[in-house]
Amino acid sequence: MSRRTIALTCAFFAGSLFGQSVIMNSPGRKPAFAIRNATIYPVTSAPIANGTIVFDKGVITAVGANVAIPAGATVIDGTGLSVYPGLIDSGAQVGLTEISSVPGSVDTAELGDINPNARAEVALNPHSNVIPVTRVNGITTVVVEPEGGVVSGSSALVNLAGWTPAEMTLKAPLAMHIHFPRLRTGGFDDQPQDEEAEKEAKKNYTKSIDKLRDTFRDAQAYAKAAAARKGDTTVKRFDRDLVLEALQPVVEGRVPVVMHANLERDIRAALKFAGEFKLKVILADAEDVARVIPDLKSRGIPVILGPILALPTHEDDPYDLLFTNAKALYDAGVPFAIQSADAHNARNLPYHAAACAAFGLPKDAALKSITINPAQIFGVADRVGSLEVGKLANVIVTDGDPLEIVTHVKRLFIGGEDIPLDSYHTLLYEKFSKRP
Amino acid sequence: MRNARHPERSEGSQPRGRRILRCFVAALLSMTGGAIAENVIAIRDATILTVTNGKIEHGTVLIRGSKIAAVGPNASVAVPAGAQVIDAAGKFVLPGIIDTHSHTGVDGSVNEISLPNTGMVRIADVLTNEDVSAYRQLAGGTTTALVLHGSANPIGGQSQIVKWKWGHPVSEWPVAGAPRTIKFALGENPKSSNFRPPPGTPLQYPQTRMGVEEVIRKSFTDARDYMARWDEYEARRKRGETPLPPRRDLLMETMADILRGNIDVHSHCYRADEIMMLINLANEMGFKVREFQHVLEGYKVAREIAAHGAGGGTFIDWWGYKLEAYDAIPYNVALMERAGVVTSVNSDSDELARHLNQDAAKAMKYGGLTEDEALKLCTINPARQLRLDHRIGSIDVGKDADLAIWTGHPLSTYSRVESTFVEGEMVFDRQRDLQLRKDLAKEKADRLKKEADDEAKKKKDAAKKPEEKKDE
Repeated sequence: MSRRTIALTCAFFAGSLFGQSVIMNSPGRKPAFAIRNATIYPVTSAPIANGTIVFDKGVITAVGANVAIPAGATVIDGTGLSVYPGLIDSGAQVGLTEISSVPGSVDTAELGDINPNARAEVALNPHSNVIPVTRVNGITTVVVEPEGGVVSGSSALVNLAGWTPAEMTLKAPLAMHIHFPRLRTGGFDDQPQDEEAEKEAKKNYTKSIDKLRDTFRDAQAYAKAAAARKGDTTVKRFDRDLVLEALQPVVEGRVPVVMHANLERDIRAALKFAGEFKLKVILADAEDVARVIPDLKSRGIPVILGPILALPTHEDDPYDLLFTNAKALYDAGVPFAIQSADAHNARNLPYHAAACAAFGLPKDAALKSITINPAQIFGVADRVGSLEVGKLANVIVTDGDPLEIVTHVKRLFIGGEDIPLDSYHTLLYEKFSKRP
Repeated sequence: MRNARHPERSEGSQPRGRRILRCFVAALLSMTGGAIAENVIAIRDATILTVTNGKIEHGTVLIRGSKIAAVGPNASVAVPAGAQVIDAAGKFVLPGIIDTHSHTGVDGSVNEISLPNTGMVRIADVLTNEDVSAYRQLAGGTTTALVLHGSANPIGGQSQIVKWKWGHPVSEWPVAGAPRTIKFALGENPKSSNFRPPPGTPLQYPQTRMGVEEVIRKSFTDARDYMARWDEYEARRKRGETPLPPRRDLLMETMADILRGNIDVHSHCYRADEIMMLINLANEMGFKVREFQHVLEGYKVAREIAAHGAGGGTFIDWWGYKLEAYDAIPYNVALMERAGVVTSVNSDSDELARHLNQDAAKAMKYGGLTEDEALKLCTINPARQLRLDHRIGSIDVGKDADLAIWTGHPLSTYSRVESTFVEGEMVFDRQRDLQLRKDLAKEKADRLKKEADDEAKKKKDAAKKPEEKKDE
């Protein structure tokens, strides 16, 4: 029996002895850990064979081939195993929904078009059964985002461990999410079917954009007024407006806007709008992204692609349209990340990235699209996205490439805490494996 | 969720506009052309995943006409002169993937929702060969499907086993001689839990799982009476009497054919209790359930399903989209398989049907099936569920030449399909697809240019004309 087998067997029995009947949340301890003899993939630098990673008090303290293991550290033998940074989902509803068809358990979309003051972290359920299920494939961090109306609200970057929303939240507001109005006339490729329907659709479309524009103009004025009053009491007091207040950091360029737009026309309209208000913009969804690459390049706009394992909108789209966009962006040098845009199956994030690699994206770029790229795009690369000294110890230990389905995540650490890998699903599995 | 999946098209879903697609579809259709004479194709030097006889490294598959004529290590398979040789070195060959739960190729709504039992209607009557999803599934290595009605009523209608013979008339899509099948549905959908009729419309019966059971029970009870009426009629005729024949009833004929074992029941279900309900009812009424579909809580009553002799076609991932899917676990496949249930992974989705190989791989991750067991989940096991394992589902001599060439192992997320064959005909080829895109782009550019040129010429002529007149 190899050392690896012994280690894994021990881990299994430890799991079955202590992990039954309850799904543990984060244990609340951040002791020193050292994983040695493993292949370490820092993502931002070359893989290290027979390497060691050390983390303590929640932060990575050493990564390399020749690393001294501090006294008192719990040593994990990583022989035959690989170590990666925790994977990051750039857009999902994990923690906001439990059972899609039961409205009482779903908090993803608020009523009305303009809800910039809806905040994802407010509705985040730290004890959702979806969270441990998502962790099993190595996802430690998620951009949890609302999706209703036009200005849907702000997202939060959350770690998938913690007893309260605050314990989970790394950054909020992370970004303002706008599902840009779409012109839909109902016909194939949105060609009008009849004149009346076309007129109506265009009217509503224009109205919707006008409303958005008015809101942003108001927000600019509000920000100006707020800035003027700051520290100058001679400026007349005005009543607070929570909607405009939520947009203040957005019009000031301090919080980015994630523009959700899928088809070429919508993408162009969304980017034009963002330009008009000088917003710091991230493009998301963007099925037709390959048609707007020059614009993205010249304006330095990053992209969040996904879901990748999905059907193209149009029947005359190439069958592989969604699989090949990542390579097109990679070749053009446009930064991109990948989202699952899911909740219950956000756990499949790595396979969305892998599908891009099956169609030409280099494998290491696919890995980056769910680790360091989202960290950079969302301005949190100083804390997550790679295995580097000083970063949060979001670390996964696997028996292979995490983008391969057949790979198992063996250990998972979030903020240096040793997070168990059992879930509602493993509990049911265990229960019914033992049916007498 | 933007990509929230609703695996059953319980409400009348309309396929997207097909009207303006004719030229595109026609272009794709033209790719496969007509039938050729006796084609002989040798796929050389591939890793062949036979499914039934293990893996052959550096192997050759010889296709003759529509059948597999030989398979084995390169040295053992003689390639006849004149054969088309495909060099598949470094590539993998997998039997065509079989999807036992599809709604692809249905023209219009999948639900004839007007009655609790619409067993008399048939998918075969509304198949279309213009659904581009069929082509896209070939691009994912899927070649055969059971096309079913929706789940809006306890008995939805008669299903159809088809092959995605892209480019062929739809009359050639149904698999000749395949078993007749019918769709049953249990649980939230047939009791209309997740959708309500428009205001003012009465609720539709049934509204409970009790009602679902009653609909099915009454249908078979009526069918027994119907059969008895005909038996009495035949008996009287034999005695030389001249009785009036009973009135023919197409629904009762269908139900009677289930009882006679002429139609296989494929039943949509979720919860363990409703699975048990149908098993008990089937035993009492004297019919068999061939395959439990979805069967997300199959793992809770796996041994009962196995004892009944039914298969289980399930999802790996989909859970939590409704209450009855909350206990769905990805380990379902492994638990059912180990209990002796013939288990498959199926799609219920135009999208998932493109990568059922990945769901098979997930059964290795969740529950530890072996590679061989995993491959069976999307090939020979669904073939067995459809009673077509003598024709499809493995790379064996004499079987239909339905297979795909993959760039790598089909259980790897990094692999994709290069070419797909149905009955010996290459119905998808990536290089051909890429070339076709170029051709279409060129044709579009040429036409636009011609239009612009014509327009310019017209203007020029119009400007010239007065001068010409002056010359005269």
